[in-house]
Amino acid sequence: MTLETLGWQGLVILVLFGLSLLIATYCTYAERVIAAFLQDRVGPDRAGPYGLAQPLADAVKMFTKEEFFPGGANKALFIFGPCLAMVTALMSSAVIPFGNFLKFGDTVVHLQGIEINVGMLYVFGIVSLGVYGIMIGGWASNNKFSLLGAIRAASQNISYELAMGLALIAVLMMSGTLSLREITLQQSVPGEWHFWNIVKQPLGFIIFIVCAFAETNRTPFDLPECETELVGGYHTEYSSMKLGLYLFAEYINVFVASAVMSVLYFGGFNFPFQYELSQWLQSSRGLSADMAQNVISILGFAGLFLKIFAFIFFFMWVRWTLPRFRYDQLMRLGWTILIPLAIFNILLTGGLITTGIIPEVKAWWLTSATALR
Amino acid sequence: MQSLSNRAKKLEKKPYTLAERAYLPAIFQGLSITMRHFFMKKATIRYPEETRPFSPVFRGLHVLKRDEQGRERCTACGLCAVACPAEAITMVAGERKKGEQNLYREEKYAVSYEINMLRCIFCGLCEEACPKAAIYLQADKMAPPRYERDEFIYGKDRLVEPVSPDNRSKRGIQLTPEQADKLRGQLA
Repeated sequence: MTLETLGWQGLVILVLFGLSLLIATYCTYAERVIAAFLQDRVGPDRAGPYGLAQPLADAVKMFTKEEFFPGGANKALFIFGPCLAMVTALMSSAVIPFGNFLKFGDTVVHLQGIEINVGMLYVFGIVSLGVYGIMIGGWASNNKFSLLGAIRAASQNISYELAMGLALIAVLMMSGTLSLREITLQQSVPGEWHFWNIVKQPLGFIIFIVCAFAETNRTPFDLPECETELVGGYHTEYSSMKLGLYLFAEYINVFVASAVMSVLYFGGFNFPFQYELSQWLQSSRGLSADMAQNVISILGFAGLFLKIFAFIFFFMWVRWTLPRFRYDQLMRLGWTILIPLAIFNILLTGGLITTGIIPEVKAWWLTSATALR
Repeated sequence: MQSLSNRAKKLEKKPYTLAERAYLPAIFQGLSITMRHFFMKKATIRYPEETRPFSPVFRGLHVLKRDEQGRERCTACGLCAVACPAEAITMVAGERKKGEQNLYREEKYAVSYEINMLRCIFCGLCEEACPKAAIYLQADKMAPPRYERDEFIYGKDRLVEPVSPDNRSKRGIQLTPEQADKLRGQLA
């Protein structure tokens, strides 16, 4: 990797970092507007055109609120909690392949923070760390409601991570790799665009999305902040921007969960007829193979974000439709339904692979991509 | 237990079907309901830009009317003050002097006439009590909010109708028979 490529890659990382922050910011606005629309209201429309400056106004509000420390709280950990929640939320988007590569002459720029061959494990590790931010914040508040919320968050995340991991294993059995980029590329066999993993793993996807809701603490699984029982849950004692960081981390988590689901099950940056389009660009428009690939990459980048936005919308749509689960129902769903279902899904996938009903991965695109790297 | 009304229905608790236990069909049903609401017309009225129309029988801010020649109709008889259940109206009567015939319709008139809008309950009894058709509650104006209490005591300067007939309130103008019929239709 040359120094120039390294510089480009750094720029890509910065852009992706900024993008995920921007998207999380506007998620707060989208959440309010979508909630309003689902309830026959119009939502915030005062700040700027269509209320688009609302996130800025909210940020100003958050920063100017009183910085409150509860008596008897562990001050260092009290500050550390939201920071950790934020950091872990931001870290997980590093390995997600937001697009294929752009090639200018000899310079190849991958539209991905870092490509590591254990990408999926990395995401899982970071997501598991995420619960520490909530745990530490809840414990450091010296408040029984915060602590209860934190304990709920911990047990809920651990329970649903199991089912999530098991659902993922079925995907990994088919792909044979943990690299998110390779999993994406395997979903784009030329001429067979419909071979997104959702076609092969419908049950796995349902388990995964239910667990994603639980992992991001979104309704109907938002028991850690269950305000009817626990005042405000783990962030009861938080005010000012520290509360803002917790809420913000939740939206970043939603964004990352949406991105992971798009990559794992909905073909990532692939879109239908990309090869036909590439052929057409080269034959009828006279673009070089590199330029055609660049066009496809940029379209794929936009396409992935479209998928992500659709998932984010779905997260919000569900939030404003379903009521919250009871805690015992949540645990029963996780342990006695989702985990057995996920294990059944593994067996089913294994059976389908050995009988050859699910075809083996065609490595056509894979070899060409690794050659370019 | 024997029901007294005989209307109680005996309900059987049926076991859940598979679709009900799977919970997903119910979720999609709920999602479709909220999605329908997403595209429905919104109930919100964006207040400063849009306003809700007043009812034709709305009783708002009072006005002291003038007659066709621009003279004040009020004769300070005090019937409105007597009728007022909130005792919001006070007045001081005075005698019309020579040369003031174009200002006051009757020989007696109100030198001062005050309504305390914080006391007023906008019941409209003053309007009904008035024998001279002098006081009306406008259907299109409200007493606006103010910072100080004494600003809510409206004197003649703010109550008496401006001389220009264009600025007259809708109420108190003689309706044509068609307009009256239309109003009655709206009220019925």
